[in-house]
Amino acid sequence: MPVHVTTDTFKEEVLESDVPVIVDFWAQWCRPCLMIAPVLEEIANEYDGKVKIAKVNVDEEGYLANQYRVSSIPTIYLFEDGEVKNQIIGLMRKEDLIKKLGI
Amino acid sequence: MHDVIVIGGGPAGASAAIYLQRSKLDVLLIMKDYGTLEKTQHIDNYWAFEDTMDGKELVEQGIAQAKRLGVLVKQEEVLNIENFNDFSVKTNKGEHHAKAVLLATGQTKPNLRVKGFREYTGKGISFCAICDGFIYRNKKIAVIGNRAFMSEELETLQNFTDDITVFTNGLDLEVEVDQPVNTEKITEIKGNDVVEKIVTENGEYKVDAIFIAMGTPSANDFALRIGAFTKNNNILVDDNFMTNVDGLFAAGDCIGGLLQIVKAASDGAHAAIAMNKYVRSLKK
Repeated sequence: MPVHVTTDTFKEEVLESDVPVIVDFWAQWCRPCLMIAPVLEEIANEYDGKVKIAKVNVDEEGYLANQYRVSSIPTIYLFEDGEVKNQIIGLMRKEDLIKKLGI
Repeated sequence: MHDVIVIGGGPAGASAAIYLQRSKLDVLLIMKDYGTLEKTQHIDNYWAFEDTMDGKELVEQGIAQAKRLGVLVKQEEVLNIENFNDFSVKTNKGEHHAKAVLLATGQTKPNLRVKGFREYTGKGISFCAICDGFIYRNKKIAVIGNRAFMSEELETLQNFTDDITVFTNGLDLEVEVDQPVNTEKITEIKGNDVVEKIVTENGEYKVDAIFIAMGTPSANDFALRIGAFTKNNNILVDDNFMTNVDGLFAAGDCIGGLLQIVKAASDGAHAAIAMNKYVRSLKK
């Protein structure tokens, strides 16, 4: 299951995670964000224990969105060992997302 | 409410509408022009026409045939599609509702071919005001476009900032706007990590974000706003020509593959058969 991350929990949940973390910057009003949600849930199930999925609501977490220069949503980051490994912008199919993220 | 709204009057759209009509569904076909075929004057490879056919004439005949068989056809420009319980299709003349929608709007053409366009797409260049406008609250925004589609995006963006400039990229402005307008041709998008400037033939303009709404919305623009998967500018559909959005189907050039009349017509027929099943399953 994806975890909802805030400015307070970002460090612990994402930067200090033992496994790679896919961070989804999203918002309720954004249709493509709502459509990518089930894709990420499927990935969370398939990669259970190997990859973590975290969600950041840009509406509530403007600081994080700003810090990571999110300028179009959905924006999806892959974090490994506290660093950004990859960035994907926009909605895509599960297989395309996995390929582009390189997980 | 209609059973199906078909958007696009080319071989995919008209064929689908005819099949749907024959399945006794209530179909509305909305088209704005003759699409790619308008510029295709010599068609020699389509079955059963002894003489060379003109593309526009073929489209006209296809629409005349659809009308003769009872399809309702409206010449309007679709500006937005929304789906909550049903589909609401907003055009330049009004709003129409249906249980299912077929996108048959032809191939999505690349948008703004200038230096920096690809580089800053998603990094300050956005194609969807409703998705990304919020991120630029009280910032300096440029909207590129010159028609109703641009006005539509402008309306959304006004909720987020007062600092908006319209860039027509050298085209005549065809709608009225309250914002400042720049009609110079755009030559480059500059930035540093994210968009910082629009460069035109006569100057440079600082911006925080650029929203693209050029010409009329493409199938990709609709797909983006409604959350349908795309790949390489094509809409992705399953074996039934349905997108990942329930009730939203696509056929013809907008789904890629062979960009030929014969394939578009075939897509239209296949999509119509699947849509008929889909709409009837809703009625149960």
